[in-house]
Amino acid sequence: MDLIAILQILESTIRMSTPLLFACLAGLYSERAGVFDIGLEGKMLAAAFAGAAAAAVTGSALAGVLAGIGAALILAAVHGLASITFRGNQLISGVAINFFASGLTIVLGAAWFGQGGQTPALSEGRLAQTPILDLFGIDGHAHPVLELFLGHGILVYVALLAVPFTWWLLYRTRFGLRLRAVGENPAAVDTAGVSVVRLRYAAVGITAVLCGLAGVYMSMGLNTSFQREMTAGRGYIALAALIFAKWKPVPALWACLLFGFLDAISIRFQNIDLNGIGIPVVIPGQFTNALPFILTVIILAGFVGKAIPPRAGGEPYVKER
Amino acid sequence: MSLGTSSGRQATAAPFAIELRGISKSFGPVQANRDINIAVPKGTIHGIIGENGAGKSTLMSILYGFYKADAGTILINGTETAIPDSQSAIRAGIGMVFQHFKLVQNFTVLENIILGAEDGPLLNTSLARARKALTDLSREYDLDVDPDAVVEDLSVGHQQRVEILKALYRQADILILDEPTGVLTPEEADHLFRILGGLRDQGKTVILITHKLREIMETTDNVSVMRRGTMVGTVKTAETNPEQLAELMVGRKVLLQVDKDAANPGREVLRVEDLRVTTDGVERLKGVSFSIRAGEIVGIAGVAGNGQSELLEALGGIAEARGRIVMNGADLALKGLNGQSRREAGIAHVPEDRQVLGLIMDFAAWENVGFGYHNDPKYQKNAVLMDNAALRADTEAKMARFDVRPPIPTLAAKNFSGGNQQKIVVAREIERNPDLLLIGQPTRGVDIGAIEFIHKQIVALRDAGKAVLLVSVELDEIRSLSDRVLVMFDGQIMGERPPQTDERELGLLMAGMTEKS
Repeated sequence: MDLIAILQILESTIRMSTPLLFACLAGLYSERAGVFDIGLEGKMLAAAFAGAAAAAVTGSALAGVLAGIGAALILAAVHGLASITFRGNQLISGVAINFFASGLTIVLGAAWFGQGGQTPALSEGRLAQTPILDLFGIDGHAHPVLELFLGHGILVYVALLAVPFTWWLLYRTRFGLRLRAVGENPAAVDTAGVSVVRLRYAAVGITAVLCGLAGVYMSMGLNTSFQREMTAGRGYIALAALIFAKWKPVPALWACLLFGFLDAISIRFQNIDLNGIGIPVVIPGQFTNALPFILTVIILAGFVGKAIPPRAGGEPYVKER
Repeated sequence: MSLGTSSGRQATAAPFAIELRGISKSFGPVQANRDINIAVPKGTIHGIIGENGAGKSTLMSILYGFYKADAGTILINGTETAIPDSQSAIRAGIGMVFQHFKLVQNFTVLENIILGAEDGPLLNTSLARARKALTDLSREYDLDVDPDAVVEDLSVGHQQRVEILKALYRQADILILDEPTGVLTPEEADHLFRILGGLRDQGKTVILITHKLREIMETTDNVSVMRRGTMVGTVKTAETNPEQLAELMVGRKVLLQVDKDAANPGREVLRVEDLRVTTDGVERLKGVSFSIRAGEIVGIAGVAGNGQSELLEALGGIAEARGRIVMNGADLALKGLNGQSRREAGIAHVPEDRQVLGLIMDFAAWENVGFGYHNDPKYQKNAVLMDNAALRADTEAKMARFDVRPPIPTLAAKNFSGGNQQKIVVAREIERNPDLLLIGQPTRGVDIGAIEFIHKQIVALRDAGKAVLLVSVELDEIRSLSDRVLVMFDGQIMGERPPQTDERELGLLMAGMTEKS
């Protein structure tokens, strides 16, 4: 394995991490506000479909992004209505959203585009792949180091910048203080004269925007079209990363990079032949493909230390008498 | 001395800090407040007492904007004020210290104090101002708290101070405290009352909601009594006495002192030797030894969380323990056990938290009465089926004997008041005629009338020659019921005292201080 290969894996790591990072931060806002959101997956999927569909029809990447965010916002509004206003079960609402998105994207895709659930391949409507390199007229393939740092679409940088921004918002602003408080003890927020419902809706709204970005990045950046079930469990992996990161933004970055790295490995090496280093074993591609999920199970089984979720997480707030 | 809503009694021109006129509030068919009139003079400590469900909390929730009254007006400093939400209450200068603190456990003191009262969208300036204000307030009112401490690391007494500081930081002129001493040591309670006195001297108005008559007598200037949603009367504290207040609260004469003869202890029923309990890797019970004889009540005094719960659970067969438990001369197994084996050994257990360990709240009263005794032959129809009719009939009889209201066996446990829930548990356990009754917090959240009844039952069991282990955080209850008092601190027994012992001395033991130190 040479330097170029390593650079390529790292570059791929960043790209594969981006949707996870968006989704993970999305979950962070919602769960920090006390609303569990297992529907990240569904919102991503709906956004991926809506984005690719709108971009295919209009030929505008911007229209695609807005449509994706809009789709995620609609599903988030359903989740908010169910879990905040009507105090329903947040897990069930999230699961319902996932089923709904999974089915609806295929049905609408088949009905509208007649390609078995896919959307047409994007050409001009696709997100720019290397806008910064293009701006300076640099050929990425000739400069792999530059490509590693500058050879990504805008959304990749948006995701990376969202990490320090989220940290700042959570720990340095009034909104962040209240957001964290409402996920820990909504009664404290309520008695302080601040609306619990409004805060939670705000959080769920931010979650939707980030899920929307995660989705459109997948269908319009990483790929050229929407394919059925293309999120492939990334919404759940993002939740695992969130637990791994103990609901904190900076650790969330590292967690998502780790998962992205495993993704990159599995794409690069279908079978890993260890004969080269003297071990007569070939690790099959199925195993490398399964790595992110194996890590998820390990994390969720609690092997990485105790993660304490926000105390009021998952519980609708009812004013007590 | 005169009763009645005593406006106009204060001849001074100063308007009342709070005046409520004709406040009514219903929840469905239940009228929680009916035509309440109350006037609280500025710069006084005003007590509000009443039994559970008398409507005190509803009234204060209306004042704090949690509920909207169906009728009536609120006057703050003589001006009619609408309080549709908490924000308006805060603006009107009302601060509330709830019974269950409304603090964010993993926030610092400062963060908790500014929450909802920030100066702007960024925290820096708010935190700086709060830090300075906090220093001033702590000095002024003897409210010493480390601003950078994380709330969950603070003692309950300090957390309460944070709540008071929160209100003061919001410029509260009127401070409402709901049952503030339930979680405090006598020492901490004294400190709290000194703080409240200081606040009054600075011109603040304090409303103290409590069911403890002694606190009312010691700290308040005036006291209002509520009963079943109505205001029975307001009197000057100096002109009344506990017996009269209790009668006003309940509507009949109440025995405040437990009426009991001297104990006549017999043979040893229970002996505990070097009992230890470890939970989550922490030793909570650190080698406790004592014994209880037939015909005596041994009280365990202590601040909540000092190993009393673990002691009860170890004896009741819920928690595994090390050491020795000898019951009626026989060693009991300490591992791999369940409550059933303990019941068979003659131990009945009224757990501290009836809603968690004592009852299943969604189940009917008759089902709850069967728990733990479902194998009793008299509840069996045949080898397979239970005789539910027999269990229901038995429940009905128990309800009659223990005056459970309403006496409906099919009603779910959650639909009974706290006092009646407790009577169901006590009836289930006492009627088994156990050799040893373990009873934790027998009157927590129970109103005065029911307290009297439950206390009588405990004494009657003792007089029938049974042993009773009483755990309570209410020192008054321990002192009036027990024949001997053991004081627990940090998982150990600090000493044994007769129940007449001075409260201050017991308080020091409860805080872990022995005579030597």
